[in-house]
Amino acid sequence: KWAVMCLLLRSGFHLMVVLLELPEMHQMMRQTCRDYADRELGPIAGKLDKEHLFPAQQVRELGAMGVMAVEVPEALGGAGMDYLAYSLAVEEISRGCGSTGCVVSVNNSLYIGPILKFGTQKQKEQWITPFTTGEKVGCFALSEPGNGSDAGAASTLARQEGEEWVLNGTKAWITNSWDASATVIFATTDKSLKHKGISAFLVPMPHPGLSLGKKEDKLGIRATSTANLILEDCRIPLGNMLGSRGSGFKIAMQTLDSGRIGIASQALGIAQAALDCAADYAHKRTAFGAPIGKLQAVQFKLADMAVAVESARLLTWKAAMLKDAKKPFTKEAAMAKLAASEAATFCGHQSIQVLGGMGYVTDMPAERHYRDARITEIYEGTSEIQRLVIAGQLLKEYAS
Amino acid sequence: MSRVLVGVKRVIDYAVKIRVKPDQSGVVTDGVKHSMNPFCEIAVEEAVKLKEKKFIKEVVAVSCGPSQVTETIRTALAMGCDRGIHVEVSGKDYEAMGPLQISKIFAALAKKEEASLVILGKQAIDDDCNQTGQMTAALLDWPQGTFASEVTIDGETVKVVREIDGGLETIKISMPAVLTADLRLNTPRYATLPNIMKAKKKKIANMKPADLGVDMVSRVEVLRVDEPPTRLAGVKVETVDDLVAKLKANGTI
Repeated sequence: KWAVMCLLLRSGFHLMVVLLELPEMHQMMRQTCRDYADRELGPIAGKLDKEHLFPAQQVRELGAMGVMAVEVPEALGGAGMDYLAYSLAVEEISRGCGSTGCVVSVNNSLYIGPILKFGTQKQKEQWITPFTTGEKVGCFALSEPGNGSDAGAASTLARQEGEEWVLNGTKAWITNSWDASATVIFATTDKSLKHKGISAFLVPMPHPGLSLGKKEDKLGIRATSTANLILEDCRIPLGNMLGSRGSGFKIAMQTLDSGRIGIASQALGIAQAALDCAADYAHKRTAFGAPIGKLQAVQFKLADMAVAVESARLLTWKAAMLKDAKKPFTKEAAMAKLAASEAATFCGHQSIQVLGGMGYVTDMPAERHYRDARITEIYEGTSEIQRLVIAGQLLKEYAS
Repeated sequence: MSRVLVGVKRVIDYAVKIRVKPDQSGVVTDGVKHSMNPFCEIAVEEAVKLKEKKFIKEVVAVSCGPSQVTETIRTALAMGCDRGIHVEVSGKDYEAMGPLQISKIFAALAKKEEASLVILGKQAIDDDCNQTGQMTAALLDWPQGTFASEVTIDGETVKVVREIDGGLETIKISMPAVLTADLRLNTPRYATLPNIMKAKKKKIANMKPADLGVDMVSRVEVLRVDEPPTRLAGVKVETVDDLVAKLKANGTI
């Protein structure tokens, strides 16, 4: 306990104070996102899910609020806030609609994130500013049919021909693909260098030589589009390389580190929505002559759900604050993503259980939260990969 | 220099289930979620829109109460108001505070700030008084456009469409004037993230009612607060004649 206290104090007394109560600006920001989610997303989330509809108007409205580019400096068209604010925004939006939260997270962390960190000023103006308003969203193409967790094995190739890069290959499971206007995409430029031979590129969409596979029919987050990106002699200017040649793997891994906090936040929103649904039902549904919230079996479930969500939330906030303080946060981000995604699937499951038969039908949102939660344990690093990352960091700390 | 004062009241959030205190002196407010009165949000939105259309230069958000009301003023700033005024009222004075005291404060501020318009919500959702706007206008001897569902500024006059029982009434009043916002006047904007950041830098001035020469003594004493009676089940009747007979029998008609 002493070690934890000292760690907290070293990270700044501020960190401990923030964990107790958010600063005023963050509270206001959280409230405005919550109001938007309650009034504009909650009422339509069921329809978006049922009809697989991309929330284009809502994304534009969120863009106008600054939510599509939270961390982007104002000079580039963003809200100029910190990662803690971003985490709060994604959680509140996801609480209203898990799919919309995913779109917000992918645009902020996976598309804008790497360009903000590794792009030139010109690239930032060209590829970030138009994507802050909600008029355009981006996507992130790393996974391939042949490799997901095994990101170093990228078989998409990029060869230089004169003043152009020519890309060939297929990317799989790309979120936002059918709705995106650009992608950050990873391809091998030097096969002999293995994962140090991967580079990152910026490709506009649509673009000659880039086509989309069929939209996947998913279990959850159905308002988002997921498909393959197929590159057949896709030509882009040399200036479209992001970062230096061979730094693609590093860019991907660092982007995913931050993206994990975004997905953890999305999972928190879904978990909280599931908990809210169950707790509300426990007040209203009566059985054996009283509201079911009086029964210990139900109380224990609600308590376990609340602990799972709150502890994952504190891990997520801590990871965000470490990132904001420019301290290492890889381990904490992986812990947050692991805890939050497992909290989401747990709460989704238990919420249906509390609702009984009503939890199984589409009249109540519990079944949608259950389905939306499931992906959070898979994308942006499976729970298994998160465990490897955490263990790797831990063992480094304990090495003599 | 056209300036508008907007009143924003911190009230218990509309979605909260209200509970009466055990001593029946009022309702439970400790630890309960509070937010800006919905009609005040509409008032702020209208003022900010008038500024965006360049009819007015500055919007000043005003709230009366203890330190917590600064949160409400900041929300108004985040919606686009230029600066705020916090009139500090706490303790017994705050509990007893009502439309008469508030309207005296607003009248004093309207003169001090040389406001062309005072825009308020038509009523607060906690006390539902629907008096402050009217009293403020009377104290200032200014014209009033209450229950406004449409406001159009034309030079030194304001055209106000008012929602009244019989329908809509259109009046033309000269400025300076007091307006109160009704539900359909506009749809309040969400505070954007950049505006929340900007609100941090906007000033909120602090003052006490005494600084404005206002005495907060209340002429009203709350004797008791009760829960509304539980709603009883209704009775179904077969025909209109039965209905009329029943209403006559219990003395309703």
